Amino acid sequence: MLRADSVTYLHDRGGGAAPPLLPDAGRFAQPGVQGVTLRVERGHVVGILGPNGSGKTTLLRLLAGMLRPESGTVTLNGRDLASLARPALARSIAVVPQETHLAFDYSVLEIALMGRYPHLGTFELEGPRDVAIAREALAATGTLALERRSFATLSGGEKQRVVIASALAQQAEILLLDEPTASLDLGYQFDVAALLARLNRERELTIVVATHDLNFAASLCRSIVMLSEGRVVAAGPTGDTLTSMSIQALYGVVADVYPHHAAGHLTVVPLRRVRRD
Amino acid sequence: MTDVRRRLTAAILAFGSLAFVSVLAAPLIGTTPISLRRVFDGSIPFADNVDAQIFFIARLPRALAGAAVGATLAAAGVVFQALLRNPLATPFTLGVSAGAALGAMLAITLRLHLSLWGVSAVTAASFIGSLGAVAIVYAMARARHRGFSTNILLLAGVTLNAFFSALILFVQYLADSAEALRTMRWLMGDLDIAGYGPLLAALPLCAVAFVAFAWLPRPLNLLSLDTDAAASRGVDVLRVQRVAFFSASMATGAAVSLGGPIGFIGIIVPHLVRLIVGADHRVVLPASALFGAAFLVAADVVARTAMAPVELPVGIITALVGGPFFLWLLVRQR
Repeated sequence: MLRADSVTYLHDRGGGAAPPLLPDAGRFAQPGVQGVTLRVERGHVVGILGPNGSGKTTLLRLLAGMLRPESGTVTLNGRDLASLARPALARSIAVVPQETHLAFDYSVLEIALMGRYPHLGTFELEGPRDVAIAREALAATGTLALERRSFATLSGGEKQRVVIASALAQQAEILLLDEPTASLDLGYQFDVAALLARLNRERELTIVVATHDLNFAASLCRSIVMLSEGRVVAAGPTGDTLTSMSIQALYGVVADVYPHHAAGHLTVVPLRRVRRD
Repeated sequence: MTDVRRRLTAAILAFGSLAFVSVLAAPLIGTTPISLRRVFDGSIPFADNVDAQIFFIARLPRALAGAAVGATLAAAGVVFQALLRNPLATPFTLGVSAGAALGAMLAITLRLHLSLWGVSAVTAASFIGSLGAVAIVYAMARARHRGFSTNILLLAGVTLNAFFSALILFVQYLADSAEALRTMRWLMGDLDIAGYGPLLAALPLCAVAFVAFAWLPRPLNLLSLDTDAAASRGVDVLRVQRVAFFSASMATGAAVSLGGPIGFIGIIVPHLVRLIVGADHRVVLPASALFGAAFLVAADVVARTAMAPVELPVGIITALVGGPFFLWLLVRQR
């Protein structure tokens, strides 16, 4: 079980109001989170919702152990993430970013094999077992046929599935995804949602996914955490949390929420914009 | 045998024999022809064996220097390109060579003629200059963030290059023409070293850097994904960036103080090697080092013989080959 206990990360170092000079400086000026408490049970799928700048990505980075909380703790099965070495952490928690841009052109299999990093010694080369695990991960995401292809030549949906395969090759029990469908067309969005549901069902993979896509969250998540300005404003089972009222409070949009029988899950239909309060 | 092991073995055998042959063959070529058989003929005492003397005393140090400088610059190029996540980076992008040039030029202009253990004042000053540049760029990259901003690293390096170049021109303007000419020659890159002394002085520094280079390839592969992606797969990103920056900078400083700022090796070689072996740094880095050695030794043979008896600075040859190649690379990149 992954849990955060009143985690705060503001990284406002006082007077840091100057705008970043360069694009990558922006990552140091992301929105913070304050006093966030949440539990992710083993085998659950949890969605993190919230408007832009509400701290979703920061929360994911805290849950992944990539950021250390300024106060509060993040624990995995009772152990503080801060006490775990990076490779050990990576063997338990894998992360899939929104988009991946490579500096150099690797093959699909090479990308999947990168997931084996935390399992190998400093000078160790991948053995047949690592290759088998990587290929199995590619097979699970339906990308094994692409293994010899160069990553740069893939479509957005193929890339995202290969990156998920690379995370699967880490053999972690928890998968964190940051807006995995944000840059994908409808077909690929559907593929990724189906893939995650299957991975959860067949491998009992615990999944935490930050997303703007309410229907994607409704179809996939057992429970929802809503963030606004770095604080949790609602949390609980999807059916109780994803309501017209909470959506209006979160996004300032009046929406209809009803169970869709053919889809088999809640459906959100946005109706009109109102002022947020 | 897995794929990477097979490719690594093949690349080391192929590029290694290329480097070995070039180092062995280069000293045989020159205005005075010598024969390999007579060089290694044990029946003639060394004092009487002119061929062996030319081979071991006059030409081999230069070939070895070429191999060391070529290997170091090519490997440093690979590391800088991965560190900055920019295929167009070179070992000189961050101002190391400009700092070295400024140091060398000050030593030349101030006529420092001391030498210690075969290391001239110019060599020592250029190495100190490169360290100064490294320190400034690193301080800049750390100043604004708790992290390590590669964008600021790039910007600081480019700015420092321009600033040092202006200082070099300024001092050159004030210097008399003999010194200005020596500085110019130094800036063109030249492997005409006297004996084994400078080589032995530079070698420990390069060796330390290559130990770091042996550790780097796997984390560098992951850095090519993204720093966050690397961190989530267990890479200590900050430590890798620091080791990569300092080892590659130090190696570059040592290579430049030995042979001058010989351009383009650090970019042509890694790219050619990637075209052949793919992007995996575990193969690219050793293959680039070996191919860089072979490439620079060969370029130096051309420099020595193309207009004999006039010797061209080897930097002109590498730039003549490298310039058009670099442009082709730029156009080819989408």
